[in-house]
Order: sequence, then structure tokens, then C-alpha cells
Amino acid sequence: MLSTNLIVLIPLLPLISFLLIALVGRKNFPNLCGALGTIALLTSFLLAATVAYDYFFVAGKVNGIYQQMVPMKIKWLEFSPNVSIDLGILLDPISVMMLVIVTFISLMVHFYSLGYMKGEERYATYYSFLGLFTFSMLGLVISSNIFQIYMFWELVGVSSFLLIGYYFDKPSAVAAAKKAFIVTRFADLGFLIGILVLAYYSGTLDFQTLITRLTTPTDQLHAITTASFLGASALTWGLLLVFMGGAGKSAMLPLHIWLPDAMEGPTPVSALIHAATMVVAGVFLVARLFPVFSISCPSALQVVTWVGASSSLFAAIIACTQTDIKRVLAYSTMSQIGYMMFALGVSGYGGEHGLGYMASMFHLFTHAMFKALLFLGAGAVIHYVHSNEMKDMGGLRKLMPVTHITFLVACLAIAGIPPFAGFFSKEEILQAAFHANTTIFVIAICTAAITAFYMFRLYFNIFWNKEYHAVSHVHDDHAAHDDHHDHGEGPFTMKLPLMILGLLSIVAGFLPFAHLVTSDGKPLETEFHITFSIAPVLLATGGILLAMVFYKKENPRPQAIANGLKGLYTAAYHKFYIDEVYLFFTKKVLFNLVGRPAAWIDKNIVDGTMNLLAFITEQTSYLIKRMQSGRVQSYAAYFFAGVIGFVLVFIYWWK
Amino acid sequence: MINLSILLIIPLLSALAVIFAGAKSARMVALLGALAQLGYSSYMMLSYMGERAAGNTNQMLYQTKMSWFAPMNIEYFVGVDGLSIAMIMLTAVVVLTGILISWNVDKMPKEFFFLLLLLSLGAYGFFISLDLFTMFFFLEVAVIPKFLLIGVWGSGRKEYSAMKLALMLMAGSALVLVGLLCLYFNTNVNGAHTFDLLQISKMHIPIEAQRFIFPLMFVGFGIFTAMFPFHTWAPDGHSSAPTAASMFLAGISMKLGGYGCLRVAAYLMPEAAHEYSWIIILLSTIAIIYGAFATLMQTDLKYINAYSSVSHCGFVIFGIGMLTKTAITGAVMQMVSHGLMTALFFGTIGMIYERTHTRQVAQLGGLLKTIPFIITVFVIAGLCSLGLPGLSGFVAEMTVFMGAWQNPDTFSRVATVLACASIVVTAVYILRTTGASVMGPIKNPDFLTFKDAAWNEKFASITLLLCILAIGVAPYWLSDLVSPDTQLIMDNISRVVGK
Repeated sequence: MLSTNLIVLIPLLPLISFLLIALVGRKNFPNLCGALGTIALLTSFLLAATVAYDYFFVAGKVNGIYQQMVPMKIKWLEFSPNVSIDLGILLDPISVMMLVIVTFISLMVHFYSLGYMKGEERYATYYSFLGLFTFSMLGLVISSNIFQIYMFWELVGVSSFLLIGYYFDKPSAVAAAKKAFIVTRFADLGFLIGILVLAYYSGTLDFQTLITRLTTPTDQLHAITTASFLGASALTWGLLLVFMGGAGKSAMLPLHIWLPDAMEGPTPVSALIHAATMVVAGVFLVARLFPVFSISCPSALQVVTWVGASSSLFAAIIACTQTDIKRVLAYSTMSQIGYMMFALGVSGYGGEHGLGYMASMFHLFTHAMFKALLFLGAGAVIHYVHSNEMKDMGGLRKLMPVTHITFLVACLAIAGIPPFAGFFSKEEILQAAFHANTTIFVIAICTAAITAFYMFRLYFNIFWNKEYHAVSHVHDDHAAHDDHHDHGEGPFTMKLPLMILGLLSIVAGFLPFAHLVTSDGKPLETEFHITFSIAPVLLATGGILLAMVFYKKENPRPQAIANGLKGLYTAAYHKFYIDEVYLFFTKKVLFNLVGRPAAWIDKNIVDGTMNLLAFITEQTSYLIKRMQSGRVQSYAAYFFAGVIGFVLVFIYWWK
Repeated sequence: MINLSILLIIPLLSALAVIFAGAKSARMVALLGALAQLGYSSYMMLSYMGERAAGNTNQMLYQTKMSWFAPMNIEYFVGVDGLSIAMIMLTAVVVLTGILISWNVDKMPKEFFFLLLLLSLGAYGFFISLDLFTMFFFLEVAVIPKFLLIGVWGSGRKEYSAMKLALMLMAGSALVLVGLLCLYFNTNVNGAHTFDLLQISKMHIPIEAQRFIFPLMFVGFGIFTAMFPFHTWAPDGHSSAPTAASMFLAGISMKLGGYGCLRVAAYLMPEAAHEYSWIIILLSTIAIIYGAFATLMQTDLKYINAYSSVSHCGFVIFGIGMLTKTAITGAVMQMVSHGLMTALFFGTIGMIYERTHTRQVAQLGGLLKTIPFIITVFVIAGLCSLGLPGLSGFVAEMTVFMGAWQNPDTFSRVATVLACASIVVTAVYILRTTGASVMGPIKNPDFLTFKDAAWNEKFASITLLLCILAIGVAPYWLSDLVSPDTQLIMDNISRVVGK
């Protein structure tokens, strides 16, 4: 096994790159910062790849089962003798897989950005933020402690905030960054309370101990799975609250509203954070706690299933109506993550039953490849036409051949056409769903067809449809670039990642994934049923053909259909008005009914009481101060009045 | 060997030296005094840690005892434990940075620095005192300079604010004084009464007396820490105060209250603390949530930070009210963390104000472009306030939450959930503020002419940032420093209530 020091370097190198660039590089050698970050990431990736090779093929297995290893653990903060936050490294199939995915995609994005972000004013800052994000994400996936994961979870959130708000002088970017942070923060509130609940009942924060304690049948476990609060057991509450955090980060219904807006960030950032890595953190979290979900709390897993399935269909429908290409991709990401979620939801634990778990992780892996490719391809297109809108594009296939081919590969992969990567993982998910729940299976297969349709709607609109005419650019990521249209398809640094990812999107599906990543560490034998695949592939092909009929050449059919489905189309176009509901609740209800009254009460009632006290004191002193006038006559008058008064009192009352 | 009296002598001597220095050199003298103080405090902390590591289990170290007023058994009795050391370090850092921030005060600089140093003298004395009367004496020393600092060097409605602050704090100390005397007459050492904190802690104060004294003390100190509903001095006071005074007020003065609530009220009267804990939890939960929502509606940067301080100091009271060791440790960490963070926040607000001459969020915008250093620090202070891991606020709040959750009753649970919910509201107001004031397009062309931080501003910001990071990245040392003492406080409580 690789020495611990080298494993620690995997997350630390990006952190060092962040610190170095932020503190020194930004001022002194801004133009070298990109190279610096890229080299750090390259080293990190090579180390991660070595760890993965070692783990999967050399040292990870004992008696044919992949083990969980904790090569490092440092006590960071102790709450009580048994409950402490330890910073540690937990290696098991999913964390090792995530190490590879995160470092690899991040490396691709670093490299791609060398060209894409060239000439930006805050080029160095951009790379420092990328380093910060990569560090946080790597820390997240290797966490050995549930509180550690929460810490890195928050750090990931803030780096996402910084990167979405990268163009901070654009009000829309600032708004999007705020929205992303606040919505996920709200979800994290659930996560935090969930941690408190789980830690209270298991008496630990350490993942391994926690999972063992919450899956071993004891009296205590029995007590917390049966005692009910508002109709659900304590454990269910804990897990659901933790899942709320995961749903927020993974943009699941109804906490998804931040993801489409997050596309305000630079496109490579969307590829890294909002497609391949951060948004799958929720899936990863459920997978991390999967034994507890599956063995002790199937009802919570049901919720995961339905949230995942509904998000996947819902997002797919919206994606068909969006015209901003990045937003289409954002909704497609949401839809695919929904896929991963419900695959976990329908899965059981161990052996054959764990098919869904394996499929979910497999899909996470392939999705990272082709979705990063789609975003980077979209970035190249946006770089070229200086617009995010489909209407400004069309006929780009001859002008951008590399982008065109790789984009097509990615579209085929996501549509699930054999032999591209997405086909294999999707098949496994569909099989798992088929064996578990017919309704879910129907939703899944419909989503697959819609996915194929909207992805090719996107593809044809960009690369076919009408001839390309340069337009004046409104939505411009690249105000700094004046040399548009003569720069060709983009520099080599942008094309190379596209080609690498394109290649992987073709071959990644052939990986013997079931032998490597399973719910219990034992290799799983999966069978490939050609008969089962016919229906999904046919449906996907149907979707593609439909898209071809509508969008390959400019024609009035799409408009006619949109008019025909008027109500549904408008609703989907406006994202089913969920944003408006939230806005109403926050602006109108929270601000007007809680915030304003609180400020008013404070100013008028609480402070008013204080001022009233002061006022009464002042008035009283004003009234009695005239008694101290210094005139002897009035003192004498007071004196005699007093004497008479007392005399009267003594005579009449004091008997 | 450490002599705690040096902690009082340094500020006293530097304050005197400031009087005799010239108007120009006053600030240099003050700075040297603050540096010496920080140096000595750090030395004291290190040797304290060494003593503890060597196995010294005395409750209070470096004790000195002298009779002060024999007929009433009033003594100059000082000593420190981890808790007081944490507070002393906080004070030393805030004083140093406060002096640096006010480097360019041009109105009566001698008097200004004299008052700052006098205030710090009061704070040090308060934190090391083990005699209740001496403690009260130093508490008063720390109040008076604030009145002058705001009244003379303040801005806006400064007379009103100074008066309000002084009167409310005076009312607080009046309550403390009454409580103190009642406590005194309920003690009995061989037929005499005592103010000795350590002796009292080993006695049993009759429960009827506790029921009466505890509220006096807790509310009295609570006013200092801006406990709801006695917090209204804070927003007005902060907004009118000059920058350094704001930093002292929120960074040190509010901590005097929290320390008093813990050390005097809860420690000496554990039964009453247990009985009244539900009221404490109720009030502090209100403060946390209500303070956060009130912050949401503010438009002036200083008001924003003042109300957010009400919310954050609510966590201190909340942690104490929860009466578990972890929660109380969290409360202490929150005091330190909030002290540093809010000093940094007020410091940067001061720097912004010095340049823009406005604190209205609506009139700011795009400052990140023109003064990147100051704004980066400002944003980091904001991130600390919203509890970003790696910065001190996160550690403190999470410790409070973990400790609070150990109480299994529904009331505490609901309160904890509500307190947790404040992290969302905090995120909203912090992001709204930063979004509107420092991001976005540049609102005013004058902003382009601004100069970024000068050396003194950088020095101050970096010092505070390093402290915040030191706690946020490696919190173990702080919790290690204070948790043996919170354990003692808890022991006192569990002894009588059997918890």
C-alpha cells in the first residue's frame, strides 16, 4: 500500500496550490498560476491513480472482499471522551473511486481553463479557487468521520459560492452565488441536525463505528427504530435529515432551484463542480451511510427512491424547453443524479441485492466523464459564439470539428446508446429498478427516452439546424476577448481534454465495475441480458429520431408542438414556477412577517421600554427639580405645609 | 515565575506614560504597551500550559493574596485558570489591534489612548480577580472609559448612545452589586463573611438565597453581554462608537458579562442555575433567532454587526444555560471566537467607513475591485460569522450544538433546533450584506481613488485573522485549555443537582 504521507498529499497539494497562488502568486507571478495549479493537480491525480491501482488490484482485498482502511486519523476536536471530530482518511471502494474522479476531472478542468480563461483579469484568483474547491472535495470523499464530511461539505459550498460569483461585478452572478449558498445552507441545517441525532443515538461520530452500531441488532437499536416521533422512528428522522443535506447539494427536488442559476459561473467550473463532482456529493453521502439506510431503515430509503425518481423525470421535462445550453445541461445533470439516487433507493445490501448500489456508483463514474465533456464542449461553443442561447447557434459542425465529434459522443453516451459508457451504467440501473419496483422502472425508462430527445435537441440546435451567422453577443463570458471568430475552435489546451474525455466516454463502460465497487466489497457477477436492453435502446433511438425530425433543419414543427402543448410547455419553460414559490415564501413571508416585525419590535417595543424608563426618570426629575430653587421663602413654605400636613395626619388618621 | 500583578502594571504604566508623552508619540507608547502586554500574556499562557502538562492540578495558578479592606474581608486576590487565560489572551489581542486601527486618531490622541488602556486595565483586572469585590471594582473601571470614548470621539447621535450605554451598563453593575452583597451576607467563614470566590464555591448557599441572588447576578452580567431583552444599548452604542471602541465593546466588554455569568452566577449558585436554566435557554434562543432576523433588516454595516453580535452572544448564554460540559466549553470558545471575529468585523467596517464616509449598504458596492485587501478580510470575517469550517466560529457553534443536544428533553431539543436554524439566517444576512456592499458594479466613481490598507490596518487584520485561523484549524488546544475548568464548573453543578 502507498505510504500514508503520499495519500495525504492528494488533498494537500491542491490546498498548497490555493495558498501559494492566493498569498504569493496572485501578486508576483499571475501568469504562471495556471501552470502551477495544473502541475499540482497532475501530481495529485497521479498519486490518486496509484492509490486506486494499489487498492483495487494489489492491497485492497482480504479474502476476496474489499476492506475499509483507515491509514490516518487525527483527533481534531473532542466533545466528550467518546465523541470527537477526527480528521482521517477512510479508503474503501467508493472513496478511492471518488479520489480518481475528482482529481481527474479537476485536472481536465485545470488544463482546459489554461486556454479558456486566458486573459481574464482574475486569472490567478480563479486558479486559487479551483485549488480550494478540489481540496475541499477531496477532503469530503476521504472523510472518516461524519462531522469531517460536514466540514468539508461546507467548504465545498463556499468554494462553489466563490466560483459561481467569480464575475462578481455582474449582479446576476452575485445573485446566483448567494442563492446557491443559501439554498444548500438550508439543506445543511437538516444535515447538521441529522448528525446530532445520529451521534446522540450511536454515541460516536466515526463512520465505521457509527455504521456498525446502527446496523448491529441490539436492544438499543431496536429502541430507536421503533420509538416514534411524528410517525417516524428516531433513526428515520436522523437519516432523512442527513439526506436533506444530500438532496440540497445534489439538487434534488425541491431543493434544486440553485443549480440552473449556478450556471452563471465560468463554464469549466460548471463542468467540475456542478456536473461531475460536488453535485454528486449527496449521492456519495447516501452511499457512505448505505448500510444503515438499507439494513436498519428501509423507509428512509423509500424516500430516497421517490425523491430521486421524481427529480429525474421532472428535470428531464424542463430540460426539453430550456434554450440556454448550459441550463439544459444543468437540468440534465439533475435528472441523471436523480437516476443515481433512485438506483441507491431500490438497492438492497450485499450480494445480488446490491445491484442498484453498484449501478448507481457506476453511473456516477460514467456520468462524470460524459457530463464534464458536455460542459467543456458547451464551453468551447460559448467561447466561439459568445452566447449561451441556442438561437445564436446552429451549423457549427464544420467550424468546430473536434468539439462536434466529442459532443456527439457524449450525447450518445448520455442517451444510453451502446457501446458508449452511459449505456452500461444505465442498463444496470434499469435492471435494478425493474426487479424492485415497476413504477420506478416506468419513470426511469420514460426519463431515458426524454433524455435522448433533449440531448439531441441540444446537439442538433448547436451543430446543425440553420447556418451559423456571427451575432452580436449579449450573454458574454468573455468580454476580455476581442479577437472573436478568427481564433478558430480554440487552443490545444481546450481540445485535448475534450478528446481525452471523449475517448473515456466511449470506453469507460467496459470497465468491470461490478468487480470493483459493490455495497459489501464482494465482487458481483452481473449478467448482461440482450433482450432486456432492446426496449430502452429502442426508446432512446426513438427520442433521437424525434429530435432529428424537429431540429436537424430549421422548421416550424417545434413551434407548432410548443403551441399545441401550451399550458404544459409554458409551465415547464418557467420551471414549473418553483422559484416563484420560494421567492414568495422568503421575500413575502419571512422578510415581511418575521424580519420586519422583529426589527420593528426591537426598535419600538424593546428599545421603547428603555427610552420610556429614561423619559419617566427625566420627567420626574423635571417636576421635582423646582423644589430645589434656593429661595428660603419657598423652603419655609414647604416646611410649614409639611408641618400642617403631618399635624392633620396625626390628628385624623393616626389614632 | 508569573506574577499576575504585572498584567495590571503594564497597562497602568503605559496609560500613565501616554499622559506624559507628546501628542505625536502617544500612539507609539500605547502600541508598545499593548505589545508588551500581549507578549506577557502569551508567556503566561505558555507557562500555564507547561504547568498543567507537568501535572499541576491546582484550580487557580499564580495566586496572590493581599488584604485590601480588612473589616469587610475584601482582598486583592488574583489567580488564573484556563478560562481566564483564554479571556486575557483575547483582551490582549483586541487591545493591540484596536490601538493599531486607531493609529490616525487626530482628536485628542493622548486622551483617547489613555482611555483605551484604562479600559483594558479594567478588563485584565476583572478576568484575574478571585475576590468578588475586586472583580466588581475592575468591572466599573471598564465601564466609565466607554462613556467618554463614545461621547467624545463618537459619531452620529453620540451623546444619546453614550448615555444609554453607560446607564444600561451601570444598571447592570448595580444589579451585580446588590447580588454581590446579598451573596456576601450569606457566606460564613468562622463567623465572618467573605468575598473569596474559591471559598464561596465550596460552601452551600441556601437555596432560597440563590433563587433571589442568581437572577440579579445573571441579568446584571447579562446586560453586559447584550442578553435579550437588555441588548438595546448594543446597536446604538456600537454605531456611534469610534472603531476601536466598538472593537473593545464587542470584543472585550461583552465578554466580561459572559465570563461573569459563568464564573460568578452559574458557578457559585448551581442549584439556581439549574432551576432557572429553562428561562436562560428561552431568552437566549429568542436572542439568537430574533437577533438574526433583526439583523436581516438593518441597512447600516455597524447595526448589522451589532445585531449579529446579539445573536452570536446568544450562543454564549445558550451554552451556559444548557448546563452540560460540552455546551459550556462551547460557550467559552464562542466568547473567544466572537471577540476576535467581531473585532475584525468592526475593524474592517471602520476602514471602509474611513474611505467611503458611509456605512449604508445601499451606497456601497463594488468595493472588492478597489480595496481588495480590506474587502477580502471583511468577507473572511463574514464567513467566520456564518460558521465556515476552518475559522473559529464553526468550532464554537458546533461545540455548543453538540453539548446542547446531550439534554434529551423536548424543550432543549426544540431550542437547539431553533438555534441551529440561525445558521441559515446568518448566511442570508452575511451574503446579502457582502453581495450588496462589496460585490456588484462600482456604485460611486470616488471609490476608484481609494487606497488599500495601510501598514497598521494590515498588521491589525492579519493578527486577528491568524488568531481566528489558529482556533478554526486547530481547535484542540483551546478546548483543551478551557475544558478542565468547565469540568470543574460542571462538577459543582452536578454535585448539587445530581446530574
